[in-house]
Amino acid sequence: MIGVALTILRKDLLLELRTKESVPAMALFTVTVYVLFHFGLDRDSLDGELASGVLWVTLLLAAVIGVSRLFAAEREQGGIDALLLAPVDRTALFLAKATALFIYLMALELVAVPAFALLLLGPDLSGAFPELPVILLLANVGLASVGALVSALAVEARARELVVPLLLLPLLVPLLIGAASATEPLLRGDQSAEDLGRFLGLLGAYDAVFVLIALAVFDFLLDD
Amino acid sequence: MTVAIELARLERRFGERIALTGVSVSVEKGRTLVVLGANGAGKTTLLRVLATLLRPHGGSCRVLGHELPRAAWEVRGRVGYLGHDPLLYRDLTGRENLRYHASLHGVAHERVTEQLAAVGLERRGDEPVRDLSKGMVQRLAVARATLHRPDVLLLDEPRANLDPGAAEQLEPLIGRASGSTRVLVTHDVEGGLAEADVALGLRGGSQAFALPSGQVDAAAARALYA
Repeated sequence: MIGVALTILRKDLLLELRTKESVPAMALFTVTVYVLFHFGLDRDSLDGELASGVLWVTLLLAAVIGVSRLFAAEREQGGIDALLLAPVDRTALFLAKATALFIYLMALELVAVPAFALLLLGPDLSGAFPELPVILLLANVGLASVGALVSALAVEARARELVVPLLLLPLLVPLLIGAASATEPLLRGDQSAEDLGRFLGLLGAYDAVFVLIALAVFDFLLDD
Repeated sequence: MTVAIELARLERRFGERIALTGVSVSVEKGRTLVVLGANGAGKTTLLRVLATLLRPHGGSCRVLGHELPRAAWEVRGRVGYLGHDPLLYRDLTGRENLRYHASLHGVAHERVTEQLAAVGLERRGDEPVRDLSKGMVQRLAVARATLHRPDVLLLDEPRANLDPGAAEQLEPLIGRASGSTRVLVTHDVEGGLAEADVALGLRGGSQAFALPSGQVDAAAARALYA
């Protein structure tokens, strides 16, 4: 199963490198939103809850673009049928799609976080290291699992551009609470280890629950 | 002789609409079933049920001795499906597409070069599919559908977009010489009947006839399109 998942992942990454349909769109959206906040709030720097909220809500909205495009090649070029015709475990498809989304999110954040710091933090991110990468990593695992699940659910839907955000965003509320709460003190510069541990635990539990749910139900999502 | 495909009162619906009903036919291993019928008669639905892509909603459907949909897993990988869509990624090259499918089917990658040569695309195999003509894409789709040497070939207008030379070149892969049990959907009544061992006529999702090809009246077959 891992070999098949790697085959599908390799194909997805190759297609993304050639078409550049997901990551550049997500990054452009994120930077644009941060520019809008920069001018809209008319402040040189944000901190605490506001900064954390702006960072995470923008990242989650950018993720919607990636989730909407996750099965685009399969939907538009018949790849789903090809996969269903092959004697492969469909869980491999989930693993490949979730991993692809995880990689897209990491690539996005390599652009988005520095842009956020530059446009909205002054720029001063020094207080957020090394904790912020850990929070991003844990949030990305949950986001990738739920995103792959929702994308597969919406693949045959006629109004999928509407279905994806309507299904995805409510499911991401616990993740948003955990990630934003863990990040907020970092952007104020007074995070206690106990608080951070609590919110990282919440993110870890969210990841575990949704990975398990996705592994349990993914097979049935693609059934006729 | 072993029966490869056996349908008994097969039914398939899409919501309230009945796409197939009362379809009963059997095909022996290595033989050819030709399916005739006008647009919307249920031909593609029948192929997709046989390919395990759609579940039957009534009756019985056995492929290679396995009841569908219960034993779909046993059938997957043993059928080759060539439908309206080539099931190829436009931004990958022909070779990359075939290597991808070879990996999914557990086929050695050397077979990819063989297949490209067999469909006459050895020199165009490293170009993106989007740069190929429709005929070349169809050849590549044939290479994809037969890559894993399937026992059953499900062919929906397989010679569409092919020039006569290409159609002849593909005969060892999708013709009688392939040795596979074939289900062939075509609008070419005379050509189809000449190729068939058994002919199935569909009208509005219902079975108009299912007969050995020698017993089919060509005029009755043409009337399916009236």
